[in-house]
Amino acid sequence: MSALAAVGSVPQQHLASPAAIAVRELVHRYDNRTALNGVTFDVRPAELFGLLGPNGSGKTTMFRILSTLMVPVGGRAFILGHDAARDPSQLRREIGIVFQSQSIDVKLTATENLRHQGHLYGLRGKDLSARIESVLERVGLADRAKEKAENFSGGMQRRLELAKGLLHGPRVLLLDEPTTGLDPGARRDVWQYLRLLRDQDQVTVLVTTHLMEEAERCDRLAILNEGKLVALGTPTELKREIGGDVIVLDVKEPESLSSRIQTKFDMDVRVVGGQIRLERDHGHRFVSDLFEAFPGEIDAVSIAKPSLEDVFIRRTGHRFWSEQEQHGLTTETRRQEKH
Amino acid sequence: MKLTSMSSIVVPRITNHKDELLLPALTLWWREIVRFYRQRTRVVGVIASPVLFWLVIGSGFGSSFRSGAGDQHYLDYFYPGALIMIVLFTSIFTMMSVIEDRKEGFLLSVLVAPVSRSAIVLGKVLGGTTLSTIQGLIFLVFAPLVGIHIGFGSYALVAITVFLVSFALTALGFAIAWPMDSTSAFHAIINLFLIPLWLLSGALFPLSGASPWLRLVMQINPLTYGVEALRQLLYPATGGTLFESMATLVLFSLFMFGLAFLMANRRTTKPAA
Repeated sequence: MSALAAVGSVPQQHLASPAAIAVRELVHRYDNRTALNGVTFDVRPAELFGLLGPNGSGKTTMFRILSTLMVPVGGRAFILGHDAARDPSQLRREIGIVFQSQSIDVKLTATENLRHQGHLYGLRGKDLSARIESVLERVGLADRAKEKAENFSGGMQRRLELAKGLLHGPRVLLLDEPTTGLDPGARRDVWQYLRLLRDQDQVTVLVTTHLMEEAERCDRLAILNEGKLVALGTPTELKREIGGDVIVLDVKEPESLSSRIQTKFDMDVRVVGGQIRLERDHGHRFVSDLFEAFPGEIDAVSIAKPSLEDVFIRRTGHRFWSEQEQHGLTTETRRQEKH
Repeated sequence: MKLTSMSSIVVPRITNHKDELLLPALTLWWREIVRFYRQRTRVVGVIASPVLFWLVIGSGFGSSFRSGAGDQHYLDYFYPGALIMIVLFTSIFTMMSVIEDRKEGFLLSVLVAPVSRSAIVLGKVLGGTTLSTIQGLIFLVFAPLVGIHIGFGSYALVAITVFLVSFALTALGFAIAWPMDSTSAFHAIINLFLIPLWLLSGALFPLSGASPWLRLVMQINPLTYGVEALRQLLYPATGGTLFESMATLVLFSLFMFGLAFLMANRRTTKPAA
């Protein structure tokens, strides 16, 4: 923690700590529900960092705290050495934020939206006009600059949101589920921009997502579940910890069969969502052993290379999408739907 | 170091950090105005509704009641009250945009910008004030029709009064709207408080004719002083203390702005939106 103390006092240009974002023992509660329960991680400069978690995992709460919208109940969060709770005004100048919900004013044109945004950041005159031009060019909206945003497609509106977040040249960009409601093409575009920002401009990018395939594209990942950090590392590292293949069995009596497999083969067997899951090298060979040992008991089987969802299941013991969530019962879900 | 190389490629980082109040307030004010005139129905409603309301209520009541102020026709008596009503409704309802901005997500991007909260309050409130002042002044065009002929100086004072009332009420609207997340709750509050506030301001019936307890309520109602000031300016014959009314309005405006500022300045552990 001594490196952390240095972050606050040393000018940012000579950051002693390698962290662009430092989250320490962050705790947050809404009334009685605990949303974050002591989360700690670092984001390195010029890294594309993903915050992966199902709805209600606390990632939206984390996002609100990092973007200075909300003060945490406990713990601290630093961006470029500024404390999000104690020094919000310094921090706000350094970060760009793209919200999940629409923050552009659709009654204004693209240029007007950006001019308004620029004024909020103290930009004006020729400097502002030049920035607006270059940022619109960058997100491919230069030819639509004078059009009202309400005539834009979803993907174009998203790009305008991105332009808004980038206008003041932030060194850290925070994005909350930036591809919500976009078609695959527009989704790819957004990720391409993010990579470009990281590679060309050395911008540190933190993005929240609940999509596995998006999480796969991040340099490093923090996986949250019920307010706790359950995994931290590169997607490859995380998947490597699962030995071999992941085998999933559909059976009639999962509980009884799983304990029998456990005794017979002396290995870890889990029942998740009514299915038996096991990890094994050379899965295809092991499957034939299983069929021989328990004839007629297995209805279906799947063998796959480990995915991030398998990492999640291994760390939490349940599936990424819980039953409760699918019915939209958790508070977090409801709050997100409002957006 | 490598971080500086990015500046030359896209967009340079901001060096000037001083302007946290005026420029942001101005740009928020500008947006209110632009949004307003881009919604044609709002523009029409703003001009047509007060005239209609004044004529219907004024004419209807006029044949049933005689005003307390001697031989004045009720349509004349009601004129300042109608003006205040226009200002009241426009002021308060423009601040519904606070709730809309919050719901749409626009407010979020303002809240995370390096902008002081007073800039947000000032920009939004001045935007609403401008709109409702303009509306009030449009209604003044009808003044000669009810036999009001006053000098330019008095018109200027009328404009100032309208501005003060607008500012105070818009700030009140802001303070009410800030913590709300639905426009229907906002409507409920308005019906509960603001319509009685207007009814008991001397707009509809004079202070002198009311029962003692009602008179007390009317005397502590800040709107009463707006109506009073306007009546004194528009009908100089009525007499009264203009200075006292204006001073009360200034205090009322300051108080309401302070209230709006306090509401906006709470940084909480609750979600901001």
